Amino acid sequence: MSNAHPIPFRAILRHVLLIAGAALMLAPFIWMISTASKPQTEIFSSELHLIPYRFALADNLREAFAKANLLRFLLNGVIVTISIFVLQVMVALPAAYALAKLRFLGREALFALVLFGILIPPQATAIPVFLMLHKAGLLDSYAALVLPFTISVFGIFLMRQFFKTVPDDLVDAARMDGISEFGIVWRVMLPAAIPAVTAFGIFSVVAHWNDYFWPLIVLNSEQLRTPPLAVAHFRNNEAGTSYGPLMAAAMVIIAPLVIAFLFAQRRFIEGITLTGIK
Amino acid sequence: MAQIELSAIRKSFDGTDVLKGIDFRIENGEFISLVGPSGCGKSTLLRIIAGLEPQNSGQVHIDGRPVDAIRPSARNLAMVFQSYALYPHLSTFDNIAVPLRMRRLSAIERLPLLGTLLPSRRAKERHIRADVEGIAEQLDIAPLLRRKPGQLSGGQRQRVAVGRAMVREPLAFLFDEPLSNLDAKLRVHMRAELAELHRRLKATFIYVTHDQAEAMTMSSRIAVMMGGELIQAGTPAEIYDHPNDIRVAEFIGSPKINVLPGRIRKDGGVDVLGTALRLSCNAAAGECRVGVRPERIDVGAGPFSGTVVHLENLGAEAFVHLAIDGAGLRLIARLADVRHLPAMASSVAFGFAADAVRIFDPAGKRIELRAEQAERMREPAHV
Repeated sequence: MSNAHPIPFRAILRHVLLIAGAALMLAPFIWMISTASKPQTEIFSSELHLIPYRFALADNLREAFAKANLLRFLLNGVIVTISIFVLQVMVALPAAYALAKLRFLGREALFALVLFGILIPPQATAIPVFLMLHKAGLLDSYAALVLPFTISVFGIFLMRQFFKTVPDDLVDAARMDGISEFGIVWRVMLPAAIPAVTAFGIFSVVAHWNDYFWPLIVLNSEQLRTPPLAVAHFRNNEAGTSYGPLMAAAMVIIAPLVIAFLFAQRRFIEGITLTGIK
Repeated sequence: MAQIELSAIRKSFDGTDVLKGIDFRIENGEFISLVGPSGCGKSTLLRIIAGLEPQNSGQVHIDGRPVDAIRPSARNLAMVFQSYALYPHLSTFDNIAVPLRMRRLSAIERLPLLGTLLPSRRAKERHIRADVEGIAEQLDIAPLLRRKPGQLSGGQRQRVAVGRAMVREPLAFLFDEPLSNLDAKLRVHMRAELAELHRRLKATFIYVTHDQAEAMTMSSRIAVMMGGELIQAGTPAEIYDHPNDIRVAEFIGSPKINVLPGRIRKDGGVDVLGTALRLSCNAAAGECRVGVRPERIDVGAGPFSGTVVHLENLGAEAFVHLAIDGAGLRLIARLADVRHLPAMASSVAFGFAADAVRIFDPAGKRIELRAEQAERMREPAHV
């Protein structure tokens, strides 16, 4: 490599830093995969090795699926996150349209309230919401998992900011063409906002798929458990924590999210390039 | 086709009066241009006619029927927007079909999946397809029907937008500066195309523009708006030759009309630059402004003299910028013969015929000339 450029020191430093950061981020995942692949004896051995001497991933997976109804929990996760997302979109899009494109008294005040809502952590309202669900007799049901999250102030804010960039002429053209205001939301604004909806979908699905706090509070029945609770199930076993199957279960639970994210990422980029016209 | 009547239309935004009482009547089949500088309220007026903006007071009548409480789509007007406002996710075909689908299909038939299965929708879709293809044929966009707006050029998008307006056979077409996003060459071409479309459809066209050339070349009548008021309406020739306000005279015509300081004598005669003009008026003595169009300035002969400070030769015509001797003023003369141009910095004599002169009072209103004078002015005598 006589004609190769000398690699500047700064470039090396940059890459070392980036690799270190990436390693730090990936370490827990690598540890999870490593542990999920080890038999019980190796997990508790004192020496540190990432690659197991004997691969036990299949055994651990089998044990994980035998111990808990993982498929059922995954299905619960899908039902809950999809319902939350669909309902959030159904609420956020018309609200965001009204805040971005309609002129009415108190619009700015309402938008200020939306911004204020973003500042409130969900934990702060957990007890009142829990009590309301109790009064309504909805505890320990899908409704308890879904209903508190249907109005996403963050979603309203995000969509409103995106709708602001949609030209007013497009809305006026739709009105001249005879599309109703709700029709404009679904037929004109939604197709224009696919990238924003996808971005919001990633936030929403990740947050609610991984949510441990709320399902733990409102659920009793085992058959309604969401994936994070299912993982916890392995820890609370009175026979002691079985780390191999626990990590295998964690892998299974994370897999849909990773696959969904990769798929959404492609759609996301596609969406941006396709709708980038005036 | 429709006759549209506006009476005492007022509109204000946040306390600022944008329209200060507009009364106007647009006849059946007219091509009306609403023209004026930006911010004069012409677009707001168009949006009020369309129903996209409610007026604070006043009425809009379409074919004698008040439409103030009627939704935009129910007024049966079509609008072409400056940005074209095509639906970016729909093909050209679907863009043009939207108004037809909204009108002809029921809510159930419009449902995304279920609707397509209904036999009644399929029959209606066949008619819609025929109508859209007919329009596309007329506008020469048939090969583009499958493309998305993002894949079309500016001129093609413009045609699609016109197609979407035409397909519903509206009572009137509203155009909001539809050519301002096109390049100069295409704009001239589209001007001819729109005028031809108007002749063919014989529909009422209301056309908003800040470009006086568009207004002059296409319309059957021009309405000039300034500062929220409609100052003058008339045929392009009337507006050009007989502006009733100095702002109209200055806005219409390129290059701008030359305005010289003048003086009305006690006997009604008019002096300009210290020389008496062969005309008189009935107005009170005092200051006035004298307007002369650049093409009515005769360079080479006349009582005035000036120095050539700038020459613009456009090939077919030329503009000579003259600094008037002893007045510190400049004026522009248009020469039709570019082969005999005065040299730069040379001194030339110039004058203008009496009938080329338009006189305005200090407030800008037109001062009428005396009738017998007007008669004598027909002869092209130099002052």
